[in-house]
Amino acid sequence: MASIEQSFKEIMEWVDDRLPVTETYEKHMSKYWAPKNFNIWYIFGVLAFVVLVNQLLTGIWLTMSYVPTGEGAFASVEYIMRDVEYGWMLRYMHSTGASAFFVVVYLHMFRGLLYGSYQKPRELIWVFGMLIYLALMAEGFFGYLLPWGNMSYWGAQVIVSLAGAIPVVGDDLMVWVRGDFNMSGVTLNRFFALHVVLVPIVLLVLVVLHILALHEVGSNNPDGVDIKKHLDENGRPLDGIQFHPYYTIGHDLPAIVLFLFIFCAVMFFYPDGGGYFIEHPNYEPADPLKTPELIAPVWYYTPFYSMLRAATFPLLGMTAKFWGLVVMAGAIAILFVVPWLDRSPVKSMRYKGWGSKISLTLFIISFFILGYLGTVHPTPGRTLLAQICTAIYFGFFLLMPWYTSVEKTKPVPDRVTIK
Amino acid sequence: MSDDGTNKGRRNFLIGATSVVGTAGVAGVAVPFLGSWNPSAKALAAGAAIKVDVSKMKPGEILGPIPAWRDKPVFVVRRTQEQLDMLSEDIGRLADPDSLEEQQPEYAQNETRSIKPEFLVLLGICTHLSCSPKFHPEVVATTFDSTWTGGFYCPCHGSKFDLAGRVFSGVPAPTNLEVPPHYFESDAVLVIGEDEGVA
Amino acid sequence: MNRRLFALLLVIFPGIAFAAGGGYPLDHMTPNLDDKASLQRGAQTYMNYCLGCHSLQYQRYKRTADDLEIPEGLMLEHMVFDPNTKIGDLIENNMSKENAKFWFGAAPPDLTLHSNLKGGPDWLYTYLRTFYEDDSRPLGVNNLVFENVGMPHVLAGLQGRQVRPECMQVPRIASNGGVVRDPITIEIVTEEMCGTDLLDAGHYPLVKVEGTGSMSSDEYDTLVYDLANFMYYVGEPARMDRTRIGVYVLLFLAFFYVFALLLGREYEKEFHK
Repeated sequence: MASIEQSFKEIMEWVDDRLPVTETYEKHMSKYWAPKNFNIWYIFGVLAFVVLVNQLLTGIWLTMSYVPTGEGAFASVEYIMRDVEYGWMLRYMHSTGASAFFVVVYLHMFRGLLYGSYQKPRELIWVFGMLIYLALMAEGFFGYLLPWGNMSYWGAQVIVSLAGAIPVVGDDLMVWVRGDFNMSGVTLNRFFALHVVLVPIVLLVLVVLHILALHEVGSNNPDGVDIKKHLDENGRPLDGIQFHPYYTIGHDLPAIVLFLFIFCAVMFFYPDGGGYFIEHPNYEPADPLKTPELIAPVWYYTPFYSMLRAATFPLLGMTAKFWGLVVMAGAIAILFVVPWLDRSPVKSMRYKGWGSKISLTLFIISFFILGYLGTVHPTPGRTLLAQICTAIYFGFFLLMPWYTSVEKTKPVPDRVTIK
Repeated sequence: MSDDGTNKGRRNFLIGATSVVGTAGVAGVAVPFLGSWNPSAKALAAGAAIKVDVSKMKPGEILGPIPAWRDKPVFVVRRTQEQLDMLSEDIGRLADPDSLEEQQPEYAQNETRSIKPEFLVLLGICTHLSCSPKFHPEVVATTFDSTWTGGFYCPCHGSKFDLAGRVFSGVPAPTNLEVPPHYFESDAVLVIGEDEGVA
Repeated sequence: MNRRLFALLLVIFPGIAFAAGGGYPLDHMTPNLDDKASLQRGAQTYMNYCLGCHSLQYQRYKRTADDLEIPEGLMLEHMVFDPNTKIGDLIENNMSKENAKFWFGAAPPDLTLHSNLKGGPDWLYTYLRTFYEDDSRPLGVNNLVFENVGMPHVLAGLQGRQVRPECMQVPRIASNGGVVRDPITIEIVTEEMCGTDLLDAGHYPLVKVEGTGSMSSDEYDTLVYDLANFMYYVGEPARMDRTRIGVYVLLFLAFFYVFALLLGREYEKEFHK
């Protein structure tokens, strides 16, 4: 026994002299000091990583049976569902995983807003996170075309046509993106390449940067207290604890199993999510001559889709279509600058004033309403509601410098609070 | 806390138990990933048994065009009496003259390695590295064998087989050519890829 | 339900609007994949009456035979009409798309995924029972669910003729939703209703012509149920495996959770040191 340990130690020493394995492990795992007061909101980063691994593995396996051509794509998906052993399971893991990815990422982002995790010195973490979110939206968009069902086709058709709203070059740009005069197998082919190669590489790089930036400055916590202010005689934060094994096993492992339980319950018993994960019109092959009755994007895009549709009037000599694109792009772009919009002296919502609390509540409510409205037919009443909610969405960000600086905040404790 | 013996034991037990259950879970997750590499229903359908008409074959001929079963070439040869007689001669040069290796169904484990003596059915895949051997029925001195009495010669690595698909000694191929499952549905129709009485 | 409340709910929940809107309200059926006899009868009906025009091109005979517990020999003998078809083949037909388009105006679609496309078997179950004679249509028939349908009623010989009279005698509905009865004779009071009022009031507007069709209404309903049940199966043949495996997976995860939680608690103690 001792000799095995001895030789393991020698091997590690040999490797460490050439590659900083132990040092890296300690920096990011066993000697990464995380605040002791994490709550349930701090689980979604880890869960996003779990889902990412699921998507990569099942995605790679699906490409082994999928045919990325206009003629073969739809049939190959049914081939996976019927003829390939366990193909249905791999496909449902992937399609349910796509929705699960957005669920955990949205909750992860909400955590950031709730506890001011983007505030100095964590601005870069937030920016990398937003780039991940953007890459994820692109990944989901490209991936949704691949089954080549009628909803895939028309959903992509609508979003690509957005490029047509760009003045002067719009129409040419659309043809260039599609590589054809309409959506076709050529478009499918390039979307496949982007979905399985380019965007995943970008995603992985961004995830590494996100975590490196986090571990450089350390994790925030629900109190927004800097745990490095109080160190023990060894220079360790008094309010911190080693990420591994205390968080990995004490906190993350049970949560991951619980998450997998919910995930599998959906995947095995409601894999099409009641028509929200796999929409019914997608069970017929892409048909350029037949638009489905209701074009709705998958649920995770619907808030932005609502905002796009909420632009119904021309302004400043530009068309409503153009403004729809601007509003939608702006709604995503504005997320990037949140760290510089929040002027509050405190980080956590626990100690912020009523202005922040009410604003965040209104923002979340309007985000949900927008998400719902994006799944249904527009009516004049609904469009008005969408316009109001769009105004609230932007108001939340644009007024942030004001309400965060004038509101009365509560005093922040010196040390973290543990219940 | 670490000096509390009972707690440490409890923790070690739980680590062990959770690891065991977790490993079982990982094994379970691996099942669909590994299983999906098996031949699909499509491949199985394409690999179903084939039927060939042997009624027009003349003695000494190989069935052409070469039929394929599971995308592998199948050699169907109708041997002459002369060729059959030659099978028992000079068996010293063969590595496995009695077909002891399981390279054929039981009903073809005989001197002619066939159901009907004259009809030889072989997978045309060399048992060395899966090239397809060539059919050389003639009894002539060849560049690869000065005492050639007819058989199969693999051009890739020089393996030689007689007219029952039996491998010669001293060549790279380790075993005789494989006899696929087959049966005669009638005198004219040969079914390749399935034993009689299945399905 | 209060009409105004219902209207409000329609605005809020589109699902209700979708189910109720789009014309005729669908009859509900509960599919049962454990009823192999029903699935087998449904498959037989499909092969006899539907396959000529509508392929099931993503599904194989063998898979169907295995899942429905039909011996392969019997399947080939009774459900496969082309002698060159092998058990491993896809369920296709020989109809040329061009000819079909010429005959019917549109090529009959493949129906492998029809049940998924319609969000369940209810649509087909209702559709196949609501054909009626309509001289204004080129094929002489129309359908309550699929208005101006371009498909002939191929099961008419079994179901019999259905007509849609302009006016019908229907039971009078009281304001409380019940049927009005004569206070003395206790007979149901009827009233004449015409046109779309019939549908709006929720009455079935079709009448079977007595003495037509080889089946009784109940027998025909069972036939259509079996067929719709089979179509539900064929839309996702993995469904049976999926739910079966799903139960084991969830049981395993629940078991795993107990250990993960207990172990987690051990480590969590350190937080409060």
